[in-house]
Amino acid sequence: MTAFTINGRAVDLAAEPDTPLLWVIREHLKLTGTKFGCGIAQCGACTVHVDGEPTRSCVTLLQDVAGMEVTTIEGLSPDASHPLQQAWIAEQVPQCGYCQSGQIMQATALLKSNPNPTRDQIVEHMDGNICRCGTYVRIISAIQRAAREA
Amino acid sequence: MTKGLQLHTRALSRRSFLITVGATGIAVAFGGLLQDASGASMAPAVEGGYRPNAWLTIAADGTVTIMSPASEMGQGIMTTLPLLIAEDMDADWHKVRVVQAPSDAEKYGNPGFYGVQLTGGSESTRGYYKMLRLVGAQTRKVILASAAAMLNVPVNELTTEPNRVVHARSGRSLDYGEVAAAGALPDPLLQVTDADLKPSDRWRYIGNLTLPRVDIPSKVDGTAIFGIDVQLPDMLYGAVLRAPVQGEQPETIDGAEARAVPGITHIVPLSYGVGIIGETVEATKRAKDLLKIVWTTSSRIRGYTSDRLLEEYRSVGRDLAQAGVSAATEGDAQTAISKAGTVIEVDYMSDHVHHATMEPMNATALVTGDTVEIWAPTQGPTGTQGFAAEVTGTTPDKVKVNTTLLGGGFGRKAEADFIIDAVSLAKAVRGRPVKVIWSREDDVQHGKYRPLEAQHVQVGLDGDGNIVGWRHRIVADSIFARTMPQLFESEGGHDSVVTEGAHFNYAVPAHQIEYIRRDNGLDIGFWFGVGVGYTRFGIECVIDEIAAAKGVDPVALRLELLKDQPRARKVIETVAQMAEWDRQRDGRALGVAYSDAFGSHCAEIAEVSLDRETGEIRVHAVWCAVDPGIAVQPRNIEALMITGITGGASHALFEQINIVNGEVQESNFDTYRVMRMSEAPDIKVTVIPTPEDPIGGIGQVGLPPIGPAIANAVARLTGGVRLRHYPFLPERVLAALNA
Repeated sequence: MTAFTINGRAVDLAAEPDTPLLWVIREHLKLTGTKFGCGIAQCGACTVHVDGEPTRSCVTLLQDVAGMEVTTIEGLSPDASHPLQQAWIAEQVPQCGYCQSGQIMQATALLKSNPNPTRDQIVEHMDGNICRCGTYVRIISAIQRAAREA
Repeated sequence: MTKGLQLHTRALSRRSFLITVGATGIAVAFGGLLQDASGASMAPAVEGGYRPNAWLTIAADGTVTIMSPASEMGQGIMTTLPLLIAEDMDADWHKVRVVQAPSDAEKYGNPGFYGVQLTGGSESTRGYYKMLRLVGAQTRKVILASAAAMLNVPVNELTTEPNRVVHARSGRSLDYGEVAAAGALPDPLLQVTDADLKPSDRWRYIGNLTLPRVDIPSKVDGTAIFGIDVQLPDMLYGAVLRAPVQGEQPETIDGAEARAVPGITHIVPLSYGVGIIGETVEATKRAKDLLKIVWTTSSRIRGYTSDRLLEEYRSVGRDLAQAGVSAATEGDAQTAISKAGTVIEVDYMSDHVHHATMEPMNATALVTGDTVEIWAPTQGPTGTQGFAAEVTGTTPDKVKVNTTLLGGGFGRKAEADFIIDAVSLAKAVRGRPVKVIWSREDDVQHGKYRPLEAQHVQVGLDGDGNIVGWRHRIVADSIFARTMPQLFESEGGHDSVVTEGAHFNYAVPAHQIEYIRRDNGLDIGFWFGVGVGYTRFGIECVIDEIAAAKGVDPVALRLELLKDQPRARKVIETVAQMAEWDRQRDGRALGVAYSDAFGSHCAEIAEVSLDRETGEIRVHAVWCAVDPGIAVQPRNIEALMITGITGGASHALFEQINIVNGEVQESNFDTYRVMRMSEAPDIKVTVIPTPEDPIGGIGQVGLPPIGPAIANAVARLTGGVRLRHYPFLPERVLAALNA
């Protein structure tokens, strides 16, 4: 059994300890907002926070998070009220939307450490998150808006 | 499984749609009910009992639930289409809930696209536009009739405001909810004509600049349900190990180690691979890696090496003795070219590219008795019904497809291979649903790539530099021969999607387009923009080559060739102003391109720089002006142009699938490079609606011009160095610079 906390809830799972955290989150805990994109930490669709740090859950094993605090998109706010979620709606960022949970979780970590990032800092921080619909320009606008309005 | 999409072309009368009453709405779970203060939302279920037609119901509280018949893959269609009904029925958009329509082509098929539910070709808004507006108008007429009876007044004294019938004379009014709760549907239902449509000066929603998309709130909080997110009681997981080369089959299967993985329940031999079924996704992935398969080695695809074939295609294009099928002929281009003072004769080529939708291929299926239920991110519910019926030996009407949200489609999810996986495995267990999830490696290596193609373009110029003839030879395998064999045959072996976009609106006195089909057996498919993505690469670069040969400005030449086409000129003039076309940039240059494909006009200008040491091209900024005719959702059109430009730049610069002896060399995002944020240009879009013109397509419109705009910018930056082969890899750029 592996115990950890997810979105403030304590869980204790019987899954194999070397199961990727991504599949634990998605298929064991049914929190499907976190997405499978590549499985090799190349696209960022699976980004969650582990003890506050943006982490690619597809290459993180269940045993790696024992005793730790995991936050997924579902735990970011109870009602989509996080400034980034609101900015994402205001800028109408998502197209297909599949990568956007990961984008928002990645961006959250940036604003936590740097509340007023420059455009270059945004791009550097977000470069590991692929959006195949190419919504990059609106992602940048949304992060700038969230920084401005927070 | 290479059989064609089962497109049941059917003459659907408009009347049969409008008089359909009492159909049961079937909802797909799209997460919770997502109330968005700024407009309509998605709903998990149909609400309300007042059902004037198959497209909507009205509940007693005034909630209007509208069916969205097309697949939402990011293009915003589940806002666009319901919005058209809401407009003409005068619904209050805040009270609208959108539900994905069930698989039922008879009711929900696209009247402009074979009458089926197949989302593609930038055909959804164009195809459904008129019908859905008529559905809205009919609904309003029915509500008015019900209300007239309730108020006991003549119907012609009634008007509507959003969600409300007003009788101005008596000062009375009824909310649509009140009509739904107490009103009787007129029998027979009332018919409508174009005269019943709301005039454009009274539109509230069509063309609205601020109307948000209904799907977006669910895409920022994790509640949106894509195919891969489907969870069903008692669900099993499936994985499929596919043959490394298309067409090979498992000869011997040693599944002992795989079977021993805890949680694995079945090993299922398939004609094209081996399936694994188990209780957890991780068990199926582990077991898949432990399968020991000896594959047959007889597939003709083992002879498929893309580099070598492309050179061959190029030779075929140049060899004018090799005749093709005529795609279009206007005048006598060959004679005109033979008499021309100057002939520009060039080859353009493109490698295979992959869709790489962010959501890998996946599907969930349940087989019970002779019925099949499928949950899938599919562009083609109707075709899916046919394929699933074939796999299970039932009939298409026994197959129910629940179309989820799609995490990208771009044509890949018009295919059924991933759905056949799920149905094949579900058939092996019967009574329990099976969710099959492809790895990214499977997704990249078993794609339905855009065809490898070479184009040979010949343009004859007279002594004054005027174009006298244009000959365009396109050499590629066929997509339709596999996916729509009847259509391919009926068009005499011309694949109109492979040559799509070769026909243009520039004024040339003689124009000949030929399709020279190759058949090397690979299952190629519909990629974002399909043929237009490369035909306009050739055409728009050749226009700049002509401008250079004549010593005229590329914008001016295009305006001259489009002098009788005000809409085309307008987008080009607008984009030139946006980009400040005449302003010189230090170390950078601008390139322009234009397209009239999909019934819309789009012009783009790219600002690029080039590292002459490494051969790396950088696209700094892109300006775009687009005229789609009626712009239903202008802000979403801007977003779609951004998608087309970024995706188009990505494929022009980076994207390439290499096949060697039938084996795909790329496998994931580390080897199949797509554009990232640090490489993406800044993009400015101007939408120019032309409401009196027919509506154009929009989904793919932004893509075709960007590649040639980049190539044209590089040529202007380098004193004429031409890039004629997608993608513009650094080594190709260096080779062109040093040529």
